[in-house]
Amino acid sequence: MTVSSVPDWTSGHEAVTYQVCGSCGGSQYFRRAFCAACGSADIADRQASGEGTVYATSLVCRAATEQTRAHVPYNIVLVDIAEGCRMMAHGDATLAIGDTVSVRFTQFAGQLVPYFEKVR
Amino acid sequence: MSFITGVGLTPFGKHAGSSSLDLMSRAAELAITDAGLRRAEIDGILCGYSTVSPHIMLAIVFAEHFGITPSYAHAVQVGGATGLAMAMLAHHLVDAGVVRHMLVVSGENRLTGQSRDASILALAQVGHPVYEVPLGPTIPAYYGLVASRYMHEFNVTQEDLAEFAVLMRQHALAHPGAQFHDAITVTDVMASKPVALPLKLLDCCPVSDGGAAFVVSREPTGQDRVRVRGCAQAHTHQHVTAAPNLSELGAEIAIARAKKAAGIAISDVRYAAVYDSFTITLAMLLEELGLAKRGEAAARVRSGYFSRDGEMPLNTHGGLLSYGHCGVGGAMAHLVETQLQMTGRAEQRQVRDASVALLHGDGGVLSSHVSMFLERVR
Repeated sequence: MTVSSVPDWTSGHEAVTYQVCGSCGGSQYFRRAFCAACGSADIADRQASGEGTVYATSLVCRAATEQTRAHVPYNIVLVDIAEGCRMMAHGDATLAIGDTVSVRFTQFAGQLVPYFEKVR
Repeated sequence: MSFITGVGLTPFGKHAGSSSLDLMSRAAELAITDAGLRRAEIDGILCGYSTVSPHIMLAIVFAEHFGITPSYAHAVQVGGATGLAMAMLAHHLVDAGVVRHMLVVSGENRLTGQSRDASILALAQVGHPVYEVPLGPTIPAYYGLVASRYMHEFNVTQEDLAEFAVLMRQHALAHPGAQFHDAITVTDVMASKPVALPLKLLDCCPVSDGGAAFVVSREPTGQDRVRVRGCAQAHTHQHVTAAPNLSELGAEIAIARAKKAAGIAISDVRYAAVYDSFTITLAMLLEELGLAKRGEAAARVRSGYFSRDGEMPLNTHGGLLSYGHCGVGGAMAHLVETQLQMTGRAEQRQVRDASVALLHGDGGVLSSHVSMFLERVR
């Protein structure tokens, strides 16, 4: 795993990060040492604004571990962030596809996770 | 050329006390006997994986256990698409003259060999270890996400999805080897426990013990002649977060390539065997393969189009949803049933005409796709 120059929630920091390619201009969410679209190593870590739009949702009612079962039901969401990538996160159970959302952070099964709420 | 010369399938459900190797052996023995061959005539083995008994050399472990010394053997892993991916590889290896009789086999005691939690947990690992798994998604949740989006874009309802569960159960009732033997209704599906909404318990395939096998040969070994007409794959992503939008998923790409390879049109197809891990999987794949228009697959189920006596009989053994899902063997059962239908041996499930069949497998979260056409030759 490539370590991000900008710490984010995957290492316990309250931030969502993404990468921008200096060669093709593309953006990607999963961190790598290169751009998956064009292969260029000219890739930079950036902090995302935390704003986005809900792409899909699924309310998990049956969890598979003791730790996650304590949180049931929890809403897994895919959010298209303003910077052009898609990410998975948690969110309010009332979120609907197309909702404009903003991120905060919460603890889930012993780890910090991004949690989206509707922007009113 | 290559022919599916023999098939073998155990009942799915509970096989307490049977190991993965036991179930593989049982299915393999059935397939080899069905092909009219002796074990010593098998010169190639392809096998899937076992989540209960993982091994870095499963095909060789099986070969030793089963008592054969093949000249070609290894395992294949592309999730739910593994069965058809192995059929495709067997076809090409046999066609190229590398192997004469390829045994394709898989089996797993997934239900009694481990807890349901362990199964769900093992399968959830198809998710991204850093960006997805820590969020606690399950396989039903990955597909629940896809379902929510598909329903949103194409006006599909939960009642629509329930139709697929009802149809698969109806078909399973005619197969003594199926895991489930009680009829269900749309109301039952709607009232079943929420798992990962919009998916409920009866929208999900079960976890099963079972085994399946088939033999792919260069020449027919008997009267039954079922030929691989053409096949193709497409792999667009692994993780649902990285999946393309719905209009760009892999099933459409794979089927377009397979049609070209086979020189066949969907209008030529008489029988369909389509991966159905969840009701949404089946609904989406039918529409992407061109067996129904977007958002209209459920209407076709209601009108009887996919029923045993309909225009396009579908998964007449009950599919993953009701025959059961023991891992790689689960989707191999679709091919076994197809071969039985094409050779007129499906007993009370026999359809009028299964002369040309379309099979499709999906692995991961609509990540890996294999489309295949089989035809009966006289």
